[in-house]
Amino acid sequence: MFSYILKRLLQVIPVFFGATLLIYFMVFAMPGDPIAALFGDKPPSPQLLAELRSQYHLDEPFIVQYFYYIVGIFQGNMGVTYSGQSVNDVLARTLPVTARLAIMAIAIEFTLAIIIGTISALRKGKLFDNTALVITLIFVAVPIFVLAFVAQYFLAIQLGWFKPTVGAQNDWNDLWLPALVLGVSLYATSMRLMRGSVIDTLNQDWVRTAYSKGLSRNRVVPVHALRNSLIPVITNSATNFGVLLVGATVTEAIFNVPGVGNTLFRATQAHEGPTVVSFVTVFVIIYVMVNLFVDLLYGLLDPRIRYV
Amino acid sequence: MSDQPRAAGHFVAPIKDAVVAVDAVKVSSAKPRSLWSEAWHDLRKRPTFWLALLILFVVLLMAVWPTLFTQTPPNDECFLANSNAGPTEGHPLGFTFQGCDIWARIVWGARTSLVVGLLATIIGSTLGLIMGALAGFYGGWLDGLLSRVGDIFFAIPYILAAVVVMTVFSQYRTPLTLAFAIGGFAWASTARVVRAEVLRVRQSDFVTASRALGLTRFQTLITHVVPNSIGPLIVISTLSLAAAIVAEATLSFLGVGLGSNVMSWGNDISQAQSSLRVAPQALIYPSIALTVTVLAFIILGELIRDALDPRARANR
Repeated sequence: MFSYILKRLLQVIPVFFGATLLIYFMVFAMPGDPIAALFGDKPPSPQLLAELRSQYHLDEPFIVQYFYYIVGIFQGNMGVTYSGQSVNDVLARTLPVTARLAIMAIAIEFTLAIIIGTISALRKGKLFDNTALVITLIFVAVPIFVLAFVAQYFLAIQLGWFKPTVGAQNDWNDLWLPALVLGVSLYATSMRLMRGSVIDTLNQDWVRTAYSKGLSRNRVVPVHALRNSLIPVITNSATNFGVLLVGATVTEAIFNVPGVGNTLFRATQAHEGPTVVSFVTVFVIIYVMVNLFVDLLYGLLDPRIRYV
Repeated sequence: MSDQPRAAGHFVAPIKDAVVAVDAVKVSSAKPRSLWSEAWHDLRKRPTFWLALLILFVVLLMAVWPTLFTQTPPNDECFLANSNAGPTEGHPLGFTFQGCDIWARIVWGARTSLVVGLLATIIGSTLGLIMGALAGFYGGWLDGLLSRVGDIFFAIPYILAAVVVMTVFSQYRTPLTLAFAIGGFAWASTARVVRAEVLRVRQSDFVTASRALGLTRFQTLITHVVPNSIGPLIVISTLSLAAAIVAEATLSFLGVGLGSNVMSWGNDISQAQSSLRVAPQALIYPSIALTVTVLAFIILGELIRDALDPRARANR
């Protein structure tokens, strides 16, 4: 187990350097001069320009800039945005919002998937199952921004159940609508996994044994079957959590959630190289760590899987 | 069968079952079917398959021959006098807040969605096939290298990467650039699927046989291994096509896709966003067009996957 974790952690190293180098290179190639953009219409003196350039290492070749950047990261310094805020501060402000949103979305997804997936599996081929599968397929196909707009229009504007946008000041309660949209958009895959898993489990020997011992269906299904069917849904939800921490850009933009996705998108539009690279770097680390965690979770949940 | 004693983990078929099996072989030997003809035989009996094909045919027709569906020319001037007007003769879905014909924009936008989706899928699938096939077939250090490269691309969420690429190439917002931005980062998951399938096919007897017949390793890979690993690639390509169409719309929506003067479903939805309260129809109709097209590709992909998988077929 330990050597497996070590091996996976070692595999993270090339992914980390490769991904940051790739993003850094692309951002480096972005058109436009960020320093000149700082000043708007009034051109700055060449002296000041040169000073700022050397302050941000913009006068150095690409690979040297990358080197400075990586050294900074290992010292815990993610760089400074062009508006003067430290990227650490920006992350510290935005990441908790996104994490809250992700937790709520996953909770909604998980609950929906387990309830609907289990009922579907128990009534395989019946009306409920077929209806649920058709609805699921539609949710797979509807792009997230369409879902977000439809929810915003009907649930917030028409019915007035939620606030249409979130805004800078927010707590858990303000995030229900975006969380609902994200949760519903993710639920389809988990629900299908749950349905398939429960169907498989109900055909297993130990379930037959439980029935033949005289246990009732109300005991066999929740205690014996459900617990053993949860593994794929839990791992899928954990992967989704990683995706949500990094990928909720569209939803955050539509509902004006001040999270990392929204901030990153604005930074890209403003050509703020260091901010973009820092965010993507953090994303890559989170994403890789969550995937490692998911792999380990498999072993923890299913005693048949052991890493050696 | 219940009266037969059954040893744990080892089951010997009784003689009378074996005789039945011989009869069955005689019957089925009349016409042996390949995996593909078996899949086709299964697919053509399913109404949803034909429904999905019909939808895709209509969308394809819109892309190739838009004037068949609408008389309104592309990028027709929008008259503010028509702002938010309801359906009229020749304009079945009414008008947007800016007074543009919604139906005409949907028809002309189909081409953008399909072209970008197809190009992105071709780029992503080709890259994925090459990387996955080489990694799976040759193994060793090449597998290690290509798989790590795949990991790098896999670790960067691909909408994010596409946003960065499109910002870098903001002067060249053509369908081809957009397709590269989407396909260039989406190939990693295709490569994983192809690699797994090639690893499986590589063990087959016909691969050993083709080597024994004197083919080089590369010839074996091209003529025998790749054609036999193509099934999962077709399935994942169909599903990626759906994802690429969504990605195009998402990027256009975020303002980093094609220019706002290009007619595309993503642009339509993006532009309708600001007038959502007063003109929801301008957002709903292009969204329906987008969703139905994506749905058709997803249904097609899943049906082909089921048809190619004998186990799923038996379970149904």
